[in-house]
Amino acid sequence: MKRCPLSRLEDLFAALAESYKLYIPTDGEKGSSFTLWSEGAEISRRLNTARPPKDFFFPQSEDLMGFKTHGQTVELVDLRTEKEDFALFGVRACDAESLNILDRVFLSEPGDSYYASRREKGVIFTLACNKPAETCFCTAFGIDPSRPGGDVSCIECGEYLYLEPLTQKGEAALERLSAVTEDCDSAEAEPQREKIAKTVSRLPLADLSTEGFGEGKTDELFSDERWAELSRCCIGCGSCTFVCPTCQCYDIKDFKNGSGVVRYRCWDSCMYSDFTKMSAGQPRTDQTSRFRQRFMHKLVYFPENNDGVFGCVGCGRCVAKCPVSMNIVKVMRTLGGKKDE
Amino acid sequence: MNERNEPLIPKIGVITDVRIDTPDVKTFRVVTPDGKKAFEHKPGQCAMLSVPGVGEAMFSITSSPTNTEYMEFSIKKCGCVTDWLHRAEVGQQITIRGPYGRPFPVDSEFVGKDLLFIAGGIGLAPLRSVINYCRAYRDRYGRIDIVYGARSADDLVDYREIIEQWCEDEGVSVHLTIDREQEGWDGHVGFVPSYVKELGFTPDRTAILCGPPVMIKFTLQGLGEMGFEKSDVYTTMELRMKCGIGKCGRCNIGAKYVCKDGPVFRCDELDELPDEY
Repeated sequence: MKRCPLSRLEDLFAALAESYKLYIPTDGEKGSSFTLWSEGAEISRRLNTARPPKDFFFPQSEDLMGFKTHGQTVELVDLRTEKEDFALFGVRACDAESLNILDRVFLSEPGDSYYASRREKGVIFTLACNKPAETCFCTAFGIDPSRPGGDVSCIECGEYLYLEPLTQKGEAALERLSAVTEDCDSAEAEPQREKIAKTVSRLPLADLSTEGFGEGKTDELFSDERWAELSRCCIGCGSCTFVCPTCQCYDIKDFKNGSGVVRYRCWDSCMYSDFTKMSAGQPRTDQTSRFRQRFMHKLVYFPENNDGVFGCVGCGRCVAKCPVSMNIVKVMRTLGGKKDE
Repeated sequence: MNERNEPLIPKIGVITDVRIDTPDVKTFRVVTPDGKKAFEHKPGQCAMLSVPGVGEAMFSITSSPTNTEYMEFSIKKCGCVTDWLHRAEVGQQITIRGPYGRPFPVDSEFVGKDLLFIAGGIGLAPLRSVINYCRAYRDRYGRIDIVYGARSADDLVDYREIIEQWCEDEGVSVHLTIDREQEGWDGHVGFVPSYVKELGFTPDRTAILCGPPVMIKFTLQGLGEMGFEKSDVYTTMELRMKCGIGKCGRCNIGAKYVCKDGPVFRCDELDELPDEY
């Protein structure tokens, strides 16, 4: 384990920026967001960024390919550009875990080369949550906010930032920071981890459990009559999907730009009425069934296909952003837990 | 340009023949610009065709894999991409990628079985690939019965091939029907589900169904009454798709993705999915 005095954080960023395009969370009008670091940039002291770091790997919109058409002929145009090596500093434990979930989708065969190349280029410095928020429930999904994942796991304790490499990529990144870091005993950060554990245990959502969800629960939960009541207030705006670090449904569309055609991919939402619409009809005709699809996917279908891993990391963004205060926590509280019989 | 082997990047295809099947169905023959098949497939698999600037959509490959020269797609005019394709002329380039999905088990479960194909309307398109594959390897299978119905005689897809080839085959029986009486039609009149019951097949056959949802529903019910086990009945599903590789999320039903876990399902497998298709 290494440590760097917090007073030298600026030097650490400068050293990182020599090798990588460095992005850190900074405060702006719309809350905190990952922005390109420049000298003097102040790291946000908010708990987390308004949007997850998903954009860096699976952008909200990206050009996949282009076409030139002349008469009856079609020519393919490669629009891909190589991304430079980049580093994200300050990714929280929940968001770091969300990338493992996205990996299961995009890197499973046949792999998505757009996503894969960005994952290869990016190195993730996570940061333990010294002050988790009341909307946090990552622990329900087995995530420890005091020991975040990523390539280099960091925690602030006392006067120092402690850095522990978790991957080869992380080790390589840390080697480049030797001028601003020094070796230390890993026990030094323990008091802070204990403090975090205590804080987390007192959070309002600390008792949230995944009991009642997961593999083999399709029949029982799908036919539950309470979906109608739960979804009644849902206006199908898709906000939950767009702030979600694990939502990965996408659309592919063509755009004529004057000199040719660009085929692009953009985020989509299973909460939208036209998501599954075909000329021959569609499987989910009402908001209740679309609402149910989103939560069944995260809490039952995804674990079914992924060794029991849930498709939610408890970041709490949907809890904070839903305009009608509906969210996965209410779904879990209502439908989950021990069945009273 | 696809050196990274990216599944979303298609190949160029050329339409080399357009056959008018019915007032709203045309069959398109597609090859690569150098005149070859774009890729090999198995019966029941699908391909993504696109018209750059209009969109991309999934279609079943209607030609049999035994056809070594080209692929065919029977396409009903019913949306933006299909509308555009129906206006396309021979020589038009499009894009093609695939093959996608789980095929019919023509080399395993079907071998040695008496096969009963039941199709309605454009539902013949995915089955034609299987039927012609089974005809090509005739000795691997038992009796072949084909029940095919459409709204009218003009709406029967591949009518010429059915009459000139399938009906002439030994050990292949074709039973055509149309929904309502029509001048010049001396064949059977009536809906597919009731015709299947009338024909009275024994439940030791393997049944393969494709057609509009209402036909599937009542035919399945009928087959059940005739003693067919769900594990001996196969069908192929259609849902909206964008990627074809189980990632875009559109064709997700329960823990399955129709594009990769289907489109072919055994009916007992369908029973395990949540009821929303």
